[in-house]
Amino acid sequence: MPRWLTEAGPESDIVISSRIRIARNVEGFPFPNKLQEKMAKDITDRVYNSVIGGNESLKEDFKLVYMKDLDGIERLNYVEKHLISPDIAKNTASGSLLINKDETIAILINEEDHIRIQSLLPGFQLENAWNVADKIDDLIEEQIKYAFDEDLGYLTACPTNLGTGIRVSIMMHLPALNMTGYIKNILHASSQIGIAVRGIYGEGTEFLGNIFQVSNQTTLGSTEEETIHNLKDVVIQIIQKERLIRENLLKEKKIELEDKVFRSFGVLKNARMISVNEAMKLISDIKLGIVLSLIKEVSLESLNHLMTRIQVGYLQKHYQCELTEVERDIKRAEIIRMTI
Amino acid sequence: MLCDECKKRNAVVHMSKIVQGKKEELHLCEVCARNKDVSIEKNFTIPNFLANLLDAGMGSGIVKGYDEVLKCNHCGSTFREFKQNGRLGCDECYQIYKEKLKPLVRRIHGNTKHIGKVPKRCGGIIHLRKQLQELKQKLQKAIDQEAFEEAAVLRDEIHRIEEEIRK
Repeated sequence: MPRWLTEAGPESDIVISSRIRIARNVEGFPFPNKLQEKMAKDITDRVYNSVIGGNESLKEDFKLVYMKDLDGIERLNYVEKHLISPDIAKNTASGSLLINKDETIAILINEEDHIRIQSLLPGFQLENAWNVADKIDDLIEEQIKYAFDEDLGYLTACPTNLGTGIRVSIMMHLPALNMTGYIKNILHASSQIGIAVRGIYGEGTEFLGNIFQVSNQTTLGSTEEETIHNLKDVVIQIIQKERLIRENLLKEKKIELEDKVFRSFGVLKNARMISVNEAMKLISDIKLGIVLSLIKEVSLESLNHLMTRIQVGYLQKHYQCELTEVERDIKRAEIIRMTI
Repeated sequence: MLCDECKKRNAVVHMSKIVQGKKEELHLCEVCARNKDVSIEKNFTIPNFLANLLDAGMGSGIVKGYDEVLKCNHCGSTFREFKQNGRLGCDECYQIYKEKLKPLVRRIHGNTKHIGKVPKRCGGIIHLRKQLQELKQKLQKAIDQEAFEEAAVLRDEIHRIEEEIRK
């Protein structure tokens, strides 16, 4: 189980997780979209050896998972835990994943790039996440010659990742900003400064579960530290605004807010069938209820975890079989009732 | 380029449609594209978008078919492929297409010069240049703050590194 799902980190009333991902390629090898299987295997072995080497304790901590050995449900499960991208899930021929026990470090091999080092921590702790990713990068670099250009930086399959190859993402729960519509201002303002804010669940303009991801858009022309600080400053502002509106709602619309939270609580406690969309909305209400001290008997971590556990892949992994939509709705309601 | 519909705003969505063998082109601004019920999210993937940017950056000076000739000998991928899927084939491609890619890279990042981490093995000269860049920034700051003593130290350090690079 990934730590970001079971632990509440710093600023956990709003920030769910911090992630740093860096993209690297091996010099002289075609990028994965042009790579033959034999060469892909070679890269996998080299990355494995560079990270694990002769180190027995690391060998214990990490496991290498080949995409081709996973079935569809297991792959979907990794996607839902945000450990792999849907892209690598599809690349079953040569993609693999080197992952540690508490699932805070996931090295994706032969996805869009040869190597993507990912560090994922609960709450708001970007520096820690960067330190981990940076160290692993150094470790791999001792053995592998990276594709690098003095002007363009680390060379990546897609020019959008050139330079530092770093993508910094923060996952946040922003019910008050979304409820009041202020989220639109945030979306607009951040896009002006090279930062993308988007909903994680749901399509189009619906931000299911009020979960948003804030991430940097450019990777060339600023250092890793600048990129991280820039994003951090934006996230701090968003946190302050969300808290402000929450307090305001509590002051001016307390009874409406309580009504909403406790109705949602009632439905989740009693529903016998529930769709993922409805569940996400209601769980978000409960999360808000907890941080505003309206609800005390459920923990925030258990709800973060729950939001993932009710997703399609997770449910089927849990029950070890494929389920129809109706069956899933029934099982989902069961899991929710057991949790809250 | 102005939007074909409102002729006011800049066109950011470029589409070509083939109807009964006839190619029609449409260039719209974001507002008109939305009104026309064109789903931006669904129809415009990143590679698609990059390719459009690339064409826009190239102007009309490039003769069609030229791209097909351009090919990376190392991985065998063509520039045309890149325009279709937005992915390059290998690190060599960047050397071959460098000049062609520059306007696109600038559009994406607003920059064409890497200033972040550098592999240790590249060490030597790149590290020195980076150091030099940082020192020059610090020097400017010191001068702005009228910290002249500090500036003098920085200046000497800059001279020293410049000497080293020259060697």
